[in-house]
Amino acid sequence: MKWGSNTWVGGSLVAIAIGVAVFAPWIALTDPVMDANLMNAELPPSWEFPFGTDAQGRDIYSRICYGARISLTVGVVSQICNSLIGVTLGLTAGYWGGWWDDFVSGLTNLMLAIPSLVFALAIMAILGPGLISLVIALGLTSWSYSCRIARAQVLSLKSQGYVQAARILGYGDLRIMFTQVLPNIFGPLIVIATLGMGGAILAEAALSFLGLGIRPPFPSWGSMLSEARDQIRAAPWLSVFPGLAIFFTVLGLNLLGDGLRDILDPQSQTRRA
Amino acid sequence: MLLVLVRRLGNVIPTLLAVIALVFLLFSVLPGSFISGMNEDGRSVIDPAVMERMRKEMGLDDPLYERFAKYVGKLATGDLGTSFRTREPVTKLISVRVWPSLKLVFAAMAFAILVGVTLGFLAALKPGSLIDTVSMVSAISGLSLSQFWFGLMLMYLFALTLNWLPSFGYGDGGLRNLILPAVALGVGPMALLARTTRAAVLDVLNADFVRTARSKGMSERLVVKWHVLRNALVLVITIVGLQFGSLMGQAVVVEKLFAWPGVGSLMVDSVFQRDMPAVQGCILMIVLFFLFINTLVDLAYVVIDPRIRYG
Repeated sequence: MKWGSNTWVGGSLVAIAIGVAVFAPWIALTDPVMDANLMNAELPPSWEFPFGTDAQGRDIYSRICYGARISLTVGVVSQICNSLIGVTLGLTAGYWGGWWDDFVSGLTNLMLAIPSLVFALAIMAILGPGLISLVIALGLTSWSYSCRIARAQVLSLKSQGYVQAARILGYGDLRIMFTQVLPNIFGPLIVIATLGMGGAILAEAALSFLGLGIRPPFPSWGSMLSEARDQIRAAPWLSVFPGLAIFFTVLGLNLLGDGLRDILDPQSQTRRA
Repeated sequence: MLLVLVRRLGNVIPTLLAVIALVFLLFSVLPGSFISGMNEDGRSVIDPAVMERMRKEMGLDDPLYERFAKYVGKLATGDLGTSFRTREPVTKLISVRVWPSLKLVFAAMAFAILVGVTLGFLAALKPGSLIDTVSMVSAISGLSLSQFWFGLMLMYLFALTLNWLPSFGYGDGGLRNLILPAVALGVGPMALLARTTRAAVLDVLNADFVRTARSKGMSERLVVKWHVLRNALVLVITIVGLQFGSLMGQAVVVEKLFAWPGVGSLMVDSVFQRDMPAVQGCILMIVLFFLFINTLVDLAYVVIDPRIRYG
């Protein structure tokens, strides 16, 4: 594979997904929720309805366009939460050490032992379905990777000359952590966040599919699949297109993450080439 | 060996206790309970006096610490509490679900190892070849698939269109019912294993001891058999262990899709019914499985790689 082709393909797929989400009102053909018309129920794909229509006669293509907004919002916001939690815990644990480090390491092990989907499921059960609880559930449950990376990096950077110099200059602990150490670990963190975003989009789909995420009639790719499942025999296109939308978006994020890792960490590239 | 086991248990037990505490706390601060839920749905309006009695019977009014102490005390004797819904012991509810779950998880992992390790291995032996490209493209695709959508597509193709396999359910527990859910569940670990195996084998192929073996005239087949396989195995086993352990948790959605009577589908049903003891029991079961598998993996290291010593 040519150098950087991952990044290009992945980046383009992600750019398309973002474009669709941002310009949804302009590229969608109909309103995703209101334009129900039982006369058009369950039509197969055609020129008028490129991806077909659902049981209420709504245009699948338009619903997918609007669904991109929900999926990407969930992905981005939950990853921001995860990164903030993970980085803060990891940086402080690695820098201060001692009982705080033990505590954070214990917490990380705990989070790793409970599969994040199961944990998110439990949180959704408590908070009830909806966009906000979905973001909270996914934003609180998969920070262990960024925490581990941040901690490991701090441990190796702590003894570097420039960090020592900053300490001699009288910088406070937090200032050293966030101005001296953090910029050095941005690379791996961005890779983790990119890959994690794909995971969050898959988890959103899974939770919505179980009926705990976005509730109908609002279109999210997962809730569309949840509605489509009972009609898989009569109207398979209802399942095919939202699933493809998820697949290509997550594929794009994974390729982009891989590509960024190769660029930001050249060692891993030579190892894999 | 014993030392490893003891050290490992020293890690596992505190984690398990912490999980118990966390899960208990989460569900104790839950706004609304099973009983108020029964009232909310409007179908069954319960007499307040009956509600009061039920709350007393289920111990919902006791202070938090008392309930926690009681819960842990019962756990120690293997009692997971009584299901709010069916009034049966949770242990009993879960015990009938464990075997189907294990069957699904083992079948998925067998598929993942068989296909994933083979693909990764072949890819690494001929980097840049067609088989390399094909395996790596299928690996990244497998990582990006949503399991239940893949399961749905398998169901449509092999069950509804071709009529080769049953579309859902446990059936008589035979292989025919197992294939589709196992493939749907195994595709993620399969993809990860293909990538890891490829990276691990490439890593070992460039190692000094492999060059030495080649330069002393060892045949390529023997080099691979004696040096590469054994060394790449350590990394592969790490991934197998991690994936294996979390698979029971990941199975939640696939079990629900295929109406598979495992721990995962019990958990989802219990979440909907706000049957807290059952949900707690399922989570504990899933975590226990994860910790158990990881302990086994740690022991396996010692057998495979004598260089690894704990202590």
